[in-house]
Amino acid sequence: MTRAGTRLFLTVVVAVVAAGGLVAQEARTPRSGSFYLSAETRRLQDDDFLNPGMFAVERGRELWRRAEGSAGKSCASCHEEASMRGVAARLPRYDAERRALVNLPLLINAMRVEHMGAPAYGYESDDMLALSAYVAHQSRGLPLRIEIDAGARPHFEAGKAYYFERRGQLNLACAQCHDDLAGAKLRGDTISQGQINGFPIYRLIWRSMASVHRMFEWCNTSLRAEPHAAGSPEYLALELYVAWRGNGLPIESPAVRR
Amino acid sequence: MKPGPIRRFAATLLLVLAVSPLGPPGGAEERAGGPAIGEPLTAIPGDPARGRQVVRDTGKATCLICHAMPIPEEPDHGTIGPPLAGVARRATAGELRQRIVDATAINPATVMPPYFRADRLHRVLARHRGESIYTAQDVEDVVAYLLTLDGE
Repeated sequence: MTRAGTRLFLTVVVAVVAAGGLVAQEARTPRSGSFYLSAETRRLQDDDFLNPGMFAVERGRELWRRAEGSAGKSCASCHEEASMRGVAARLPRYDAERRALVNLPLLINAMRVEHMGAPAYGYESDDMLALSAYVAHQSRGLPLRIEIDAGARPHFEAGKAYYFERRGQLNLACAQCHDDLAGAKLRGDTISQGQINGFPIYRLIWRSMASVHRMFEWCNTSLRAEPHAAGSPEYLALELYVAWRGNGLPIESPAVRR
Repeated sequence: MKPGPIRRFAATLLLVLAVSPLGPPGGAEERAGGPAIGEPLTAIPGDPARGRQVVRDTGKATCLICHAMPIPEEPDHGTIGPPLAGVARRATAGELRQRIVDATAINPATVMPPYFRADRLHRVLARHRGESIYTAQDVEDVVAYLLTLDGE
């Protein structure tokens, strides 16, 4: 090869490697689900007077102040109003006292049972979704900051394994669509990265609020895979991995999704 | 045409590109190549008219989820797999059959579901366990339909 030929060859190699790097970096840049929304749905989310999820936030505010259970206490008896800012941005996390992974719904139920003497909410109940939405809404705009410490590590690894494992009759792993094909069209729908910084969400096709775990169930069932239960260790671990993967994305709760 | 060394090299290169993450997403007008299932799965010849119904069937994971097809009455075709117009000019019956039955035989990392395989699957919904998406006759009918897609 001549010297000019060698130089040209090296230039091409460098250019190809650099372009490949850019593509890979683009694929790794976390993008909220709202990035993939239609303009119409985006407007719905961005306007608090139109966002249907704000009804859940308002209902959650009432529940926050309502005394329930044998202790005669409400959330507001111990926590100051609007004191939950930042909490949802750091969940799920490993709770050393409980020696378990916890997310927002599980913490709410733990408080109800342990401190209020009140019955636990159903995981996907309207009250749980409303109170979760009220608490998560207080972190709106704050970046997700999921920490993987020694206690969280095994759960993180389990969640990551789940994310990359093919399942169901359609034989698909979460990563195949949400890492590799975000932005492509599945019939009329745009595939998102599956980020969860907007949960609980108001889902238009369900005309209701929905938790992260309900979305996991729906995704699994769409692949004709047997879902796990909402609140199960499997989904908690997956939630940890997926939340960590979105670190830096601003909390948008209550987001509106198709 | 006899497959000479150049053609064989080109086929290998294409296979490598198709499997590599930097490869072309659809493979455009290239020959499909790779493993094939030459023998039909049933004694009844494929019925292209029924195949056209099967590919639209949402209960059978319609091809339209991922592929654009010359089926103008259906809205919103997917953009994940290669468009299937003209696919008969790029692939033989055997190559199409292999891709439908189990595309992981060609590319282990493919997103295309195996339409005629019920084993080596994880946590299949109880009501679908032990069954494949297509029946053997569905496969033959869809192959027959795809072989009619020889135009633009």
